[in-house]
Amino acid sequence: MSEHEYTPKSKFGKWFNDRLPLLTLANHLTDYPTPKNLNYWWTFGGILTFCLITQIVTGLVLAMHYIAHADMAFASVEHIMRDVNYGWLIRYIHANGASMFFLAVYIHIFRSLFYGSYKSPREIIWIIGIIIYLLMMAAAFLGYVLPWGQMSFWGATVITNLFSAIPLVGEGIVTWLWGGYSVDNPTLTRFFTLHYLIPFLILGLVVLHIWALHVPGNNNPVGIDIKKPSKDTVPFHPYIVIKDGFALLMFMIVFAFFVFYTPNILGHADNYIEANPLVTPAHIVPEWYLLPFYAILRSVPDKLLGVIAMLSAILILAALPWLDTSKIRSAVFRPMYKQFYWILVADVLILGYVGAMPAEGLYLLIARIATAYYFIHFLVILPILGFRERTIPVPLSITESVLGGSPNLAVAKKKDNFQSQ
Amino acid sequence: MKNFFRIAFLAVLLFGFQFNSNAAEKVEYLKTDWSFKGPFGKFDRAALQRGYQVYQEVCSSCHSMKYLSYRNLVQEGGPEFSVDQAKAIAASFEVKDGPNADGEMFMRPGRLSDKFVMPYDNEKAAQAANGGAYPPDMTVLAKARGGGVDYIYSLLQGYEDPPVGVTLDDGVYYNKYMYGNKIKMSNQLSDGLVEYSDGTNATVEQMAKDVSTFLMWTAEPHLETRHKMGFKAIVYLIILTILVYFSMKKIWSRIETEV
Repeated sequence: MSEHEYTPKSKFGKWFNDRLPLLTLANHLTDYPTPKNLNYWWTFGGILTFCLITQIVTGLVLAMHYIAHADMAFASVEHIMRDVNYGWLIRYIHANGASMFFLAVYIHIFRSLFYGSYKSPREIIWIIGIIIYLLMMAAAFLGYVLPWGQMSFWGATVITNLFSAIPLVGEGIVTWLWGGYSVDNPTLTRFFTLHYLIPFLILGLVVLHIWALHVPGNNNPVGIDIKKPSKDTVPFHPYIVIKDGFALLMFMIVFAFFVFYTPNILGHADNYIEANPLVTPAHIVPEWYLLPFYAILRSVPDKLLGVIAMLSAILILAALPWLDTSKIRSAVFRPMYKQFYWILVADVLILGYVGAMPAEGLYLLIARIATAYYFIHFLVILPILGFRERTIPVPLSITESVLGGSPNLAVAKKKDNFQSQ
Repeated sequence: MKNFFRIAFLAVLLFGFQFNSNAAEKVEYLKTDWSFKGPFGKFDRAALQRGYQVYQEVCSSCHSMKYLSYRNLVQEGGPEFSVDQAKAIAASFEVKDGPNADGEMFMRPGRLSDKFVMPYDNEKAAQAANGGAYPPDMTVLAKARGGGVDYIYSLLQGYEDPPVGVTLDDGVYYNKYMYGNKIKMSNQLSDGLVEYSDGTNATVEQMAKDVSTFLMWTAEPHLETRHKMGFKAIVYLIILTILVYFSMKKIWSRIETEV
């Protein structure tokens, strides 16, 4: 945050700003001092904002034509695809937009994991982020139910049935969620309502996420605290705006490729079959972005424990700022953590893979090992690593790290407190 | 850059898994050169018209096409029958309308605005007439099966005598592309089954290809617009990206850091 007091130039601007300091806010946002060494992994925050707005705008248009009724939902989606002007475009953007949103959020989260962005003083930003991620999963799941295809129906049945694992009240809760004794019209109408609500909750949380970010300022690839503003920072506008814009355009090219040339590849063919409570699909599979958690759920033989494991896998992330005991943020200066980081990435990908496979034989065994490793990474490896790891000396400033080989780095190397934490 | 390749590799793995997960349960489908594949793909107008003929003469006695209207036969990017041709097609069907002023339902010839007439009154009637199996609606069938049009194209040509040891109930047939190999639809196509008005030789392969093309269109009626618009959108984005890239370089040149 820039500390200088901002005053609008025009008389009206001053009058208005004294009553509602919108211009001060705008000035803060444009002047916001940002570390100048942010790499492209940092552009996904802006990309995610774009994704959210795209989903809200296309979703509004879809909601004008969609009919939330068990007998008409499937047909109304076909109506959108055929008869609504550019309805096919709006729907394909919305459907693929969900996948692109998750692709971006996973990069954003793993960026944070690599550079230790969740560590003090950014714990609140991180926890708000986890809540946003949870809401995103809820929104995506609810949205997938709306076309009322076979996967919609059976996915909804499987996921809502998870609540029946809760002792004593489980069955009652499931009936309450369904609004009946099976997934049916009341389920669809309430899912539609909630699917409409959640994006606005996310929007509110995104404002908090950014607000909380603007208090300490951005982390950066070197992971050190910097003075703001200083020669280590650049104003958000135009430097970061143009860079985010460039990255966003690259992202949009990939997005457009999916929308225009392979719009259905990320979906399941069964969802073009209208929901039929009497016919169960051969394999019930969630969307790709939920597969790792689905694998964790199925790797535990007991239903209740499986649900607990799945929820813990997400909630454990909220405790990450305290589980990671290392004072050094960036993996660049943590050679051991860097190795474990990539093992974790591979572990999550493996979980995603086995999540798409039938839960039997070798797949189940792999799922169990990968699930165990996932928890070991957070509960055992990270806490111990902070005490054991010999870290690489951290530079004193970004400018130094960018120019490289400056005398300061040599001085830093001599300082014992940088040798090991 | 090293990181970039690492991520690209992981992305390929991830999507590879996706394809793999579908591949695990399917046999190798018959391949043919679809005119609508690829970024510039378009439907073959003549094939769509022939495909409609096959659908009408062979499939439509059991399979409904409930999201399609006769007016769609005229629309750009489809079979593009002339308005008169489509009107004649519509008029050849009897549509139930009403109630009239006397409160009676009545039959009248179809119009362009009518939906395709259903072969059965309801699902139960369809099942009763087909040994308990419901012939699926064909409108989005090409998107509702794992292999898409390739699957339909193969299935129509996949009838075989069952291998030794496989016994079939009455009214069940063996098809090597069907999931589980057992299908309640008998082999429908035989050489010369329909007489194409454009003189094309109606081989089984030709008919399978034409009707699959037609089903791809019924599932994705705006495919041609999508391909055309996609090309423009992506070219536009690439040019804009390049311009923004150089603007970015210019702006960042004020700072000694590299972008």
